[in-house]
Amino acid sequence: MHARAETAQENSREPKAAWPEDIFSILQYYDVRQVPYVPDAGHSQLIQRVLGCSTMRGIPLTTEEEGVALLAGAWAGGQRGVLLMQSSGVGNCINMLSLTQIFRFPFLTLVTMRGEWGEFNPWQVPMGSSTQGVFELSGIRVLRATEPGEVKDVMEAAASQAYNACTPTAVLLSQRLIGTKVFVK
Amino acid sequence: MSKANLLDRRQVVSTLLADRKDAIVVAGLGASTYDLAAAGDDARNLYLWGAMGGAVMIGLGLALAQPELPVVIVTGDGEMLMGMGSLATVGLQKPKNLSILVLDNEAYGETGGQMSHTSSAADLVGVARACGIPDSKAISTLGEIEAFGKAMQDVTSGPRFANVKIDAANLDRVLSNRDGTYIMNRLRAALGHAPI
Repeated sequence: MHARAETAQENSREPKAAWPEDIFSILQYYDVRQVPYVPDAGHSQLIQRVLGCSTMRGIPLTTEEEGVALLAGAWAGGQRGVLLMQSSGVGNCINMLSLTQIFRFPFLTLVTMRGEWGEFNPWQVPMGSSTQGVFELSGIRVLRATEPGEVKDVMEAAASQAYNACTPTAVLLSQRLIGTKVFVK
Repeated sequence: MSKANLLDRRQVVSTLLADRKDAIVVAGLGASTYDLAAAGDDARNLYLWGAMGGAVMIGLGLALAQPELPVVIVTGDGEMLMGMGSLATVGLQKPKNLSILVLDNEAYGETGGQMSHTSSAADLVGVARACGIPDSKAISTLGEIEAFGKAMQDVTSGPRFANVKIDAANLDRVLSNRDGTYIMNRLRAALGHAPI
């Protein structure tokens, strides 16, 4: 069981976070149909919404690069998609990200960040520290949301430039936003 | 090096696609792309010149977006080995219109013929079956390729997987178009999708 999820359950008297709902609404607005993901606790609320949605297909992956290739195929077939992953998965995608330039298809990925803001696990830090640089070297524009109130604006900008302008875009959802994973009390 | 009684890869692909109708074909990088080009250019051909390990996932995205159309992936053993996890992803989604044909020469032909894992260890048919694709088989004759070509037209009974051991001879390259944006937009146009 994921510690962050347990923490969320302990706090279940509090209402669910609003920002995953903002993301879901924008994905619906843009008629996103295929949602490949490697699970992350920070994406769990959004993944639940996707799996319960009749117009979206949540597609679990064995590794994140599969999602980049899947979205290229989806676009070839006329559908938009979005890839959900955590920062440690970004490195797994590097060669496959070349498809965004080769095929010039609308690529959008939402990345929950680890390795920053009070991280407990040192193994998350190297990839978390290089996530933005890896994207930028791979030709992907990077936007970041740190406060719950800015997620909607950042997502609207990201979805618009990805789907309207075919500008490959990653949204980094800060660890400060999703909450630091708790390993020890 | 050629072995007796193994099929010629060009003949396999041209037989598979002899009556392809509206099928969309994704070819993995390297010789599979040359085989698809040799079988005849088509707006519904998606040739890959890179993105090794991605052919099955590109086919899956297409198959989910176009459930009424047959989608077939033709790729080599090396490319399939690199994307083996994608067989589990297909096994979970079970797209009924998806077919995968691996041209298995047990070697990395494009880079000098170094042996691949299928030469003595890895059984891709077993992998596909264990990943949730029950209709997975090894085939060895042109008759079976013809039957596979007919089966792939049935968009209600997939996914299906076949591995065919082929002659490892390196054939002359038949170069397809390699402008990805052109290939992508040509396929989209053939399916009725406008540019952005």
